[in-house]
Amino acid sequence: MQLDEFFVTGEPLIYGGMVAIALVTSAILFILTYFKKWGWLWREWLTTVDHKKIGIMYILSALAMLFRGGADALMMRTQLAFPNMQFLNAQHYDEIFTTHGTVMIIFMAMPFLIGLMNIIVPLQIGARDFAFPFVNALSFWSFFFGAMLFNISFVIGGAPDAGWTSYTPLAGAAMSPGPGQNFYLMGLQLSGIGTLATGINLMVTILKMRAPGMTLFKMPIFTWSTFITSFIIVFAFPILTVALALMTIDRIFGSQFFTLTGEGMPMMWANLFWMWGHPEVYIVILPAFGIFSEVIATFARKRLFGYNAMVWSIILIAGLSFLVWVHHFFTMGAGAFVNSVFSITTMLIAVPTGVKIFNWLATLYKSRIVLTVPMLWSLAFIPSFVIGGVTGVMLGMAATDYQYHNTYFLVSHFHYVLIPGTVFACFAGLVYWYPKMFGHKLNERIGKWSFWLFLIGFHVCFFPQYFLGLDGMARRIFTITPEWFTLNFISTMGAFMMGLAFAIFVYCIYYSYRYSEREISGDAWGYGRTLEWATPTPIPAYNFATVPQVNTHDAFLEMKEKGKTTFDEENLEPIHMPNNTGKPFIMMGILFFASFFLVFEWITLAVIGLIGGLVMMIIRSFDYDDGHHIEVDEIKRTERAARGL
Amino acid sequence: MNQQRHPFKKWLALVPLGFIVFLSGCELAVLDPAGPVAQSQKDLMIYSLYFMFGIIIVVFVAFGVMVFKYRDNKPNRKDEDYKPNLHGNTLIEVVWTVIPIIIVTALSIPTVTTLFELEKPPESSADKEPLVVYATSADWKWFFSYPEQGIETVNYLHIPTDRAIEFHLSSADSMASFWIPRLGGQKYGMAGMENILYLQADVPGTYNGRNANFNGEGFTAQTFEVQAQPQEQFDTWVQETQEQAPELTQDEYDSLLKPSLVEEMTFSSTHLQWVDHGTNAGRDYSIIRHRNAYDETLHIENVPGPGWISENE
Ligand code: HEM
Ligand SMILES: [Cu+2]
Repeated sequence: MQLDEFFVTGEPLIYGGMVAIALVTSAILFILTYFKKWGWLWREWLTTVDHKKIGIMYILSALAMLFRGGADALMMRTQLAFPNMQFLNAQHYDEIFTTHGTVMIIFMAMPFLIGLMNIIVPLQIGARDFAFPFVNALSFWSFFFGAMLFNISFVIGGAPDAGWTSYTPLAGAAMSPGPGQNFYLMGLQLSGIGTLATGINLMVTILKMRAPGMTLFKMPIFTWSTFITSFIIVFAFPILTVALALMTIDRIFGSQFFTLTGEGMPMMWANLFWMWGHPEVYIVILPAFGIFSEVIATFARKRLFGYNAMVWSIILIAGLSFLVWVHHFFTMGAGAFVNSVFSITTMLIAVPTGVKIFNWLATLYKSRIVLTVPMLWSLAFIPSFVIGGVTGVMLGMAATDYQYHNTYFLVSHFHYVLIPGTVFACFAGLVYWYPKMFGHKLNERIGKWSFWLFLIGFHVCFFPQYFLGLDGMARRIFTITPEWFTLNFISTMGAFMMGLAFAIFVYCIYYSYRYSEREISGDAWGYGRTLEWATPTPIPAYNFATVPQVNTHDAFLEMKEKGKTTFDEENLEPIHMPNNTGKPFIMMGILFFASFFLVFEWITLAVIGLIGGLVMMIIRSFDYDDGHHIEVDEIKRTERAARGL
Repeated sequence: MNQQRHPFKKWLALVPLGFIVFLSGCELAVLDPAGPVAQSQKDLMIYSLYFMFGIIIVVFVAFGVMVFKYRDNKPNRKDEDYKPNLHGNTLIEVVWTVIPIIIVTALSIPTVTTLFELEKPPESSADKEPLVVYATSADWKWFFSYPEQGIETVNYLHIPTDRAIEFHLSSADSMASFWIPRLGGQKYGMAGMENILYLQADVPGTYNGRNANFNGEGFTAQTFEVQAQPQEQFDTWVQETQEQAPELTQDEYDSLLKPSLVEEMTFSSTHLQWVDHGTNAGRDYSIIRHRNAYDETLHIENVPGPGWISENE
């Protein structure tokens, strides 16, 4: 292969991207070397198995991906702002919407939420780490390297261009030759390992490691939603794994599962994809529901209304989410009967979702609402999400979906659920738990600016798109006709408002890092109800010096009333903690290269890489590292310092 | 922080209001049906919209009241207004579970009946045999074959008004979705499979149609125009075409299948004599001939002026 085939050539925007990547990489390398931080990076971050640090790495990566996906979005909106726009050509536009969708769902929304789960779930249930800390590190590095693999595609080899849904036969070897589509397959496959492992890990952690007295129905609601989400992950992700593997074999080794030739079944891909894909959208919404429930109860300073109904709706939604996948292709011609069945199952999801909405409203009833930034994000979610939900029901009515399908009406629907749902929750959760992670709050004034700008920008951007859809504007077209100009232009303005709001948010992080007051109390907002607020700030490596006995839903509220803490000096015992290890990083690094070689169909090198991965597994199997103990004296010292005793 | 202005989002109330004004005030393609299929879909949409507005209004009002009334910094809050341990009420929970179930039922029934109706030709033209048209997508163009008339068009089609059209949808290669918004909803055309879609125009006119399902570089340009005209005019057009248009040869057809953008064309014979891409035998006809044609992109750019897209170089 020639070098000029290896790198993407001929596109000024992509050259710009290359220069930016080169500059940022050298800047990072320079800073690390100049400040002699390589050892620190390795010891404190790359080898860590601490769930809190892994969570922070997840969130930082997700923010970077939000930036990447957002930049893609702004480029698309620029191209669509005017008819006759020549900013992007068709091919480039296709690549950009493909990366945008994939990055936002797989490498932004999911990792962001998993990052929050990582940090918060063990704290909420009174655990000292995940059930399998090693696996947790492995999961993170699998996600990270998968994301890197996917993201380099636009400068090396060429970006995938068949949409995040990658329908066959379009995405097959015949119609999408070259490495682009392989990047999609291998990037998702590599990061999928981590997602599946995280699902199992969280499930076991929540089942086995809760504080004494915390029965399932006393768990905080965010933990519940995480728990159910991990079930969805465990049942849905294997479908994706298999589908990706089959398409990979098709493309690289010439099998004919999804091809037009040789009796392949191209439409089977659509089925497999959505059998995973619909549960996937619930993987990114249920934890968001959990976050909103926590934030709303906290800042309404009131117990969550209808806790049991909330839990059962999550379970019901999760169950139904496996029974609706056909609504993504009502137009495939499966017949009136099949479409009727799936219409009804789809609309039924709205029932438990509605119940949750009413429960949140009832939580606000007779409460004392404190309008902090996380609360603003959570409150704004309710009306915005309802618009997304009702349009979802409209799409669920198959007979009319024939008119909405594949249009901007659909685009607007899923942005109305994903942004007020998932993205608002990520912001709410990040701001809410920020003091637990970094020892200081984010500035409220700047945070409010960014919130209002984002909220308004969001509606300005996406509301007009419902009408564009009704006017026959199909999704994924790369240029518009003049009659759609006005609404598209408004939409683009909204998109840039959101971009600005994100920039302000990032500035807020920087500003708060410099100027915010440092937290000394563990209960940073003063209204904490659940156990994460019982830990001191900064949270010690072992989280809880003594694990409290739990009797009620809001465990920390009770502790505050009774004057208890997680530092019961009489009952201290040495705490067993896992040791740091570089193996997850190395193993996934090797698999990264193996996948990269497979993308270019360099089979020998890929096999060598795969063997490398196996060798790492064997090494790990003979690893007798039992971890270490933190002695009572050290715990005392740490806790006394943190609690100012 | 509590001294900020209250957040009751008055502007949110404008949202549904704007919605109604907008919907009644302008002619969005899907809401401006030109035939019974699109009409029945529009009726169902409007029916569902009443429920959706109902839900939106109830939630927005409840939301507004809660946030306004129970904000911490509201002047003169009474102590009984704060019940931190209130956590359930069976009656109200049953009510707000049952009402959505009723709504879903009310939406399901007409959805199901409409779905079954759409599988058949429209009632209003039951006295006439539907006109059969094969609509075949090939990257990135449309072939319309009229087997009974023995003619074929590319990227445009003529149909008689007040008569059902029975479209036989398929594709020579990637999956496409055949959609004429003002006549009715879309359906996929896939290689090796055939879908039937009934549409009908009652109003003579020119309607835009397109492939709605992304299928590669030329997707945006894969559009076509529909001329709906009274039966006599349609018959004249058919006759002229039969007499004046050239025959379609297999060689020419095969080269047209190659991934490309092409102009409108007219022929006095159909490609169905060699291949029906909707059958299992025809599913790989195009791909075995043009396998290597996808290696290079077409460099499709947006070129200002009429015919707003064209291949560059
Ligand atoms: C009230 C509940 C919901 C209902 C009834 C619903 C219904 C639907 C239907 C019927 C479609 C397919 C429409 C079409 O392709 O023509 C769809 C698409 C979609 N929905 Fe929803 N939805 C709901 C909630 C959600 C949520 C909570 C999310 C994610 C957070 C979501 C994300 C999506 C996405 C990403 C797509 C489109 C994906 C694509 O085609 O690229 N939906 N929804
Ligand atoms: Cu779905």
